[in-house]
Amino acid sequence: MSFLDIIILIVKALVLALAATTLFAYFTLFERILLARFQHRVGPNRAGYIPLPGGRKLLGGFLQPVADAVKLFFKEDVTPALADKWVYLISPAFATIPALIIWATIPLGCWPVGGDGALPVGGCAPVGGSNFLQLAEISVGILYLLAVTSIGVYGIAIAGWSSNNKYSMLGGVRASAQVISYELALGLAVLGVVMQAESFSTAEIVNRQWGWWFIIPQFLGFIIFLLASTAEVVRAPFDLVEAEQELVGGYNTEFGSMKFALFFMSEYIKLVAMNAIAVTLFLGGWHFPGLYTLAQFVSANAGQWAGNAVFGLLSLGAFLLKVTLLSFLSVWIRATVPRVRYDQLMHLGWKVLLPMALFNVALTAVLNVLIPDNRVLSGVIALVVGALVIVGVAAVNGPRKPPASQVTLVKKSAEVVQ
Amino acid sequence: MNILIMVIFVVLAAFTLAAGVMVVTVKNIIHAALWLIASFFSVAAMYLLMEAEFIAIVQVLVYVGAISILVLFAIMLTRHVTGEGVRQLYKRWWIALIVAAALFGVLIVPTVFNYEWAVQPSGAQISIASTVEIGTAFMREYLLPFEVASVLLLVALIGAIVIAFEERSTRRRVLTLAEEVEQRRQRNESLRLAPTTHASETSE
Amino acid sequence: MNMVDAVPLPWVLAVAAGLFCIGLFGALSRRNTVGILLGVELMLNAVNLNLIAFWRYLEPNVVAGQVFALFIITVAAAEAAVGLAMIIAIYRTRLTVNADEVDSLKG
Repeated sequence: MSFLDIIILIVKALVLALAATTLFAYFTLFERILLARFQHRVGPNRAGYIPLPGGRKLLGGFLQPVADAVKLFFKEDVTPALADKWVYLISPAFATIPALIIWATIPLGCWPVGGDGALPVGGCAPVGGSNFLQLAEISVGILYLLAVTSIGVYGIAIAGWSSNNKYSMLGGVRASAQVISYELALGLAVLGVVMQAESFSTAEIVNRQWGWWFIIPQFLGFIIFLLASTAEVVRAPFDLVEAEQELVGGYNTEFGSMKFALFFMSEYIKLVAMNAIAVTLFLGGWHFPGLYTLAQFVSANAGQWAGNAVFGLLSLGAFLLKVTLLSFLSVWIRATVPRVRYDQLMHLGWKVLLPMALFNVALTAVLNVLIPDNRVLSGVIALVVGALVIVGVAAVNGPRKPPASQVTLVKKSAEVVQ
Repeated sequence: MNILIMVIFVVLAAFTLAAGVMVVTVKNIIHAALWLIASFFSVAAMYLLMEAEFIAIVQVLVYVGAISILVLFAIMLTRHVTGEGVRQLYKRWWIALIVAAALFGVLIVPTVFNYEWAVQPSGAQISIASTVEIGTAFMREYLLPFEVASVLLLVALIGAIVIAFEERSTRRRVLTLAEEVEQRRQRNESLRLAPTTHASETSE
Repeated sequence: MNMVDAVPLPWVLAVAAGLFCIGLFGALSRRNTVGILLGVELMLNAVNLNLIAFWRYLEPNVVAGQVFALFIITVAAAEAAVGLAMIIAIYRTRLTVNADEVDSLKG
């Protein structure tokens, strides 16, 4: 590795980190506008617009994240007198760093550079070259993603402890318990994909989805992953960690100004990163129908470099499109599903998702051994069985009326008082 | 490049040992747990230096992601007796120090000074065991230990639940507001009946 | 360009031995049972460091070193789970986690 390569690597890492933080800023805007639409409101539309002739305004509110950032910067930065000072100061960093480094092994697109420069069929990195749109390709990339996700909880846990506030502490303890519980289901859902692709490497997993996205053979795993990752990033409906009505904001109650902004940021970056991982594992990563043919057409007419560039940009666009769709799904879930109770959360994690994930691993193993050659047949069988399992589990565990002994009617208690 | 690796190793080693010393000496047990996490991380970095990336990731995943968070959780559940203000070491801690130092001497003299290790010659073409080979080994030569380890994990899981589980009947339940009001009302009634019990009731 | 050429094996062994002895000191001298557990974890880490060093320097093409390290990590996880469960159970009945105050068997 030459000196120049190291410089390029550092620049790429910086650009990726900046892109992730910018993404966060605009994701908050995306979410606020969508939530407003879901609730029949207008949403942020004042800060920044492009004036059009006739008094019409375009892109109203696109400077809202900047305004928010400026507001947070200029807030007073208070450290509680009885807080554990050092731990209090490092906890925002503990929360932010995992959220940023998680992007390192995700292939964001496919731009082959180096080597013979040709676009290989069924893969991305050319012989002796690499993929420009993936920061680091390591042989245990999936485990890296899981490890980084699991250390993200420290920021929350030690922030809750160090604030010396009972509500923050409760939020921190809730977070640790929740993340440990859902990590198991998450890891087992990912294991199904690893078995399907026979590799721990993220690039290899994306390559294996050429024309056959893993959402079909791993449908059950995909559903489990979506639920578990929502719980893992403590987002609605699993946001008991910061349940405003119960915990006055939870673990970040005592944090103000930029320290609060860092927690806020890490939460959203982690959410988008989880969606990006879901796209990588289940929705084919940067693959998109017709992309390869187009790239071949361009390289035949305008040269190989142009073809690679077009392919790189378009595959990046396809990846971002899929991530945006999943992010829309997350906002949709937040807007519609009410928060679960703590016992329901634990019930879902341990008694529903974990057995389902174990079943998924067993199913994948059996199908891999029985039908090793015909991926269409085994995939369709897995899809059907997975859908049946989900329907069955939902029927058994779905909402039902509580027994009469557990219901307290308002009218009855009012009568008692009189 | 060799010098660079050597410097990285020395820094990591110094950090690991310093973090270890902090783990055993720091007063606040939460700080000790955080220093332990720091030492786990730098040990993982040393594994990376030794090209054992699978072990390094598993180290972070299991030690940092699971065991340490469990430790933090346990400390938070037993909080108000584990903070500062309590003597953390035994009175005769220096005996432990002597034992540890003596053991260090016994370990270091034969391994470092008196033995010629058959290290692979530098520049020789070596193949490093990959993750795939580890997986295969678990399913072939080490199948029995693998199964035993999984049984061990199961036993530990059940054992931990059995040990830490509290019968619902013996649990000190947190009272609801209504129950508390009711209790206070009953207490006031009993006060009116027998004023002598007042002192013992309120001292609780 | 790898660690085998850059750092001699005894250095790694010395670091592992140092870590083991620090952990031993912690396990012997801490009153707090959680502290004892932290010391034991340090010792297990030192052992793992030794195993990986021996694997990389002496027999890099044999998987045994890494497999042993994985078993030790497994055992450490089991040990931590049971140990912490015991600590919580002790705390619940005696409201203390200091090892020298849990002495009801003392004659």
